[in-house]
Amino acid sequence: MTNTEVLIHELVEKHGKTRNALMPVLQGVVAREKFLSEEAMIAVARELDLSAADVYGTASFYTFLDTKPRGKNILRVCKTISCHMQGKDAIIRAIEDHLMVKVGETTHDKKFTLLTANCLGWCHKGPVLLINDEVFPSMTPEKAIEIIEDFSKKTN
Amino acid sequence: MVNLKINNTPIQVEEGTTILEAAKRLNFRIPTLCNHPDLTVAGNCRVCVVEVKGARLLAASCATPVSEGMEVNTNSEKVRIARKHILELLLSEHNADCTKCFKNGHCELQELASEYRFGDHIFIDLVKAKDKIRDISSPSISKDASKCIRCQRCVRTCAELQSVCALAVANKGDHQVITTFMNKPLNDVVCTNCGQCINRCPTGALYERNYIEDVWHAIYDPNKFVVVETAPATRVALGEDLGLDPGMRVTGRMVSALRKMGFNKVLDTDFTADLTIMEEGTELLTRLKKALVDKDETVKLPMMTSCSPGWVKFQEHMYPGLLDNLSTCKSPQQMFGALAKTYYADKINIKAENMVVVSIMPCTAKKFECNRSEMRDSGFKDVDYVLTTRELAMMIKQAGIEFEKLEDGNYDSILGQSTGAAVIFGTTGGVMEAALRTAYEIITGNEVPFTNLNIKPVRGMEGVKEASIKIKNTKPDWNFLEGVELNVAVAHGLANAKLLMDAVNSGKANYHFIEVMGCPGGCIGGGGQPIPTSAEIRKRRAEAIYAEDMGKPIRKSHENPEVTEVYNEYLSHPLGHKSHELLHTHYKVRNRY
Repeated sequence: MTNTEVLIHELVEKHGKTRNALMPVLQGVVAREKFLSEEAMIAVARELDLSAADVYGTASFYTFLDTKPRGKNILRVCKTISCHMQGKDAIIRAIEDHLMVKVGETTHDKKFTLLTANCLGWCHKGPVLLINDEVFPSMTPEKAIEIIEDFSKKTN
Repeated sequence: MVNLKINNTPIQVEEGTTILEAAKRLNFRIPTLCNHPDLTVAGNCRVCVVEVKGARLLAASCATPVSEGMEVNTNSEKVRIARKHILELLLSEHNADCTKCFKNGHCELQELASEYRFGDHIFIDLVKAKDKIRDISSPSISKDASKCIRCQRCVRTCAELQSVCALAVANKGDHQVITTFMNKPLNDVVCTNCGQCINRCPTGALYERNYIEDVWHAIYDPNKFVVVETAPATRVALGEDLGLDPGMRVTGRMVSALRKMGFNKVLDTDFTADLTIMEEGTELLTRLKKALVDKDETVKLPMMTSCSPGWVKFQEHMYPGLLDNLSTCKSPQQMFGALAKTYYADKINIKAENMVVVSIMPCTAKKFECNRSEMRDSGFKDVDYVLTTRELAMMIKQAGIEFEKLEDGNYDSILGQSTGAAVIFGTTGGVMEAALRTAYEIITGNEVPFTNLNIKPVRGMEGVKEASIKIKNTKPDWNFLEGVELNVAVAHGLANAKLLMDAVNSGKANYHFIEVMGCPGGCIGGGGQPIPTSAEIRKRRAEAIYAEDMGKPIRKSHENPEVTEVYNEYLSHPLGHKSHELLHTHYKVRNRY
């Protein structure tokens, strides 16, 4: 069994073999692998006795269940109206320039993927940056770069 | 009981009835698109909205149960405006190149559009933004996402009726699409090619890969000798696409039409259905003997039928552990092709390479089957083209043949004569019944102990049927079967097949012989049959099949004189050397994922 298959087997042991387990299992895979590979979706389908198309259908519905390869850290800048008015474009531009990627792309060293997100519920403290599960409110371009550099050092 | 008023007309209906059903009883037609009598309620297309007095919003009548004192209006101004807008929204993302569409004239969206006569687009045309790439990877089913209105009938069909789930809904909002796993081509996924999705697609988003031009081309080619074979279930459904009522038997007219179209010989898949019974019946008895007398543990029981190519591919994907249980017999279509290009070509002095075999099938999976690499035992592609019943109807119209006025024609001989046992292959339980009629008589010398040979327990539309027949007064060769209860089961629709296979795998079921047909109702409900389909339509076609059986002078496969002749002249005996070469095959394991 590959590492992914072992992980999925463990997740299914934990969450059960019913269809209800599909979401937590997929989330568990994304938590470790950052995205759902074809191999992972097939393994989930097999473990839960679902069709692969069904698993893909569910995965593709949720923005946070990615089906494309992602970097070790996923940066999401909120693009909704409050953050937009508080300067999210400048944040995005700064990150793009610093990491030399466009929104949707992953850095060559696979450390970062830059994405946008719909409202993250931090309208009072925008613009907001989400790195993996951690929220960074009231961003300025400088602060964002500083935080990203910290993450870069922590990531091998 | 619940009392309500629809368009001011009072009606009393059972609790749980939907507004749509109640309105239908009063003969008020409410348009629908996502709703289908064979499927669960989805309520997503919204064209069936109605106004309920006191409710703030319009209600989807297919998904709203009636309640006491309800007052419904199915055609108020509010309803009409909403319905028009809903249809215009659907059309704004529908690639409406109707004149070039294969479903032209058979499209529910087109019908509604013709009722409402829309002028210019009032919404932005979204078709330009859509992915217009068609998936034509499959020899059976084509998929055109630009025509999809996302009603999800196909997804529900694939899941609820067939337990295959090759299609799913992916993404969300305006990006929502009906697709396969990771958008792979249909030919590369678990699709069994059954075509049930085509039968239920309200637009031209799903349609069969058609071979109409190829067949005309062959007919016009003076160097080609074009032979046509017709499947049992086509003769009770073809009329529906040519202006006749469901359940009308049109065997003779179909033969005449094919002859007028220019086929050199009009022959019958029913002939090879009889031949299948000889081969498959003998195979069953051989397996029973090996298992019961020789105690050979390698012999796999229950034996399962292999006529339905959708079912065969389903097994290859889903239950590869049971492939040895499948009869090695090719389907009647493929037996026909293999015999046509060997025995028959020799007999009528035609070179096999100049022969083109066309088969008329109620089935889309047959198109895949004839392209399988195993199906070339004659040294050529045994069956060249498969046309669905629908394609044949189109060709008859193209040829300018007035079908209703045709005289009845007769099949050519040889490979044209058939028995009542063959025609019932076209409905669920038919292969089983035909096999039992012959096997019982081989074993005992007596007819099956059922009135008029009608084995009622294996008939009808129940999902899984079971029967036991006690074998009595065996002939000496078969005395090991004396007193044995022969247990059989019949399933139709792959969801039912799955139930049956799980029972077999769990060891709970103790069957000797299982018949499975991939489509609901068997071939009469096949993916290549006229659209629409419903339980009522399938019932009428099945009744026609049994009427055809009763009308046949010979009703047991082993009494078909042409079958005897072919054995005498060529094959020698069932499961003989030649049979193995031409009429039997093997299966391959396919990925489930």
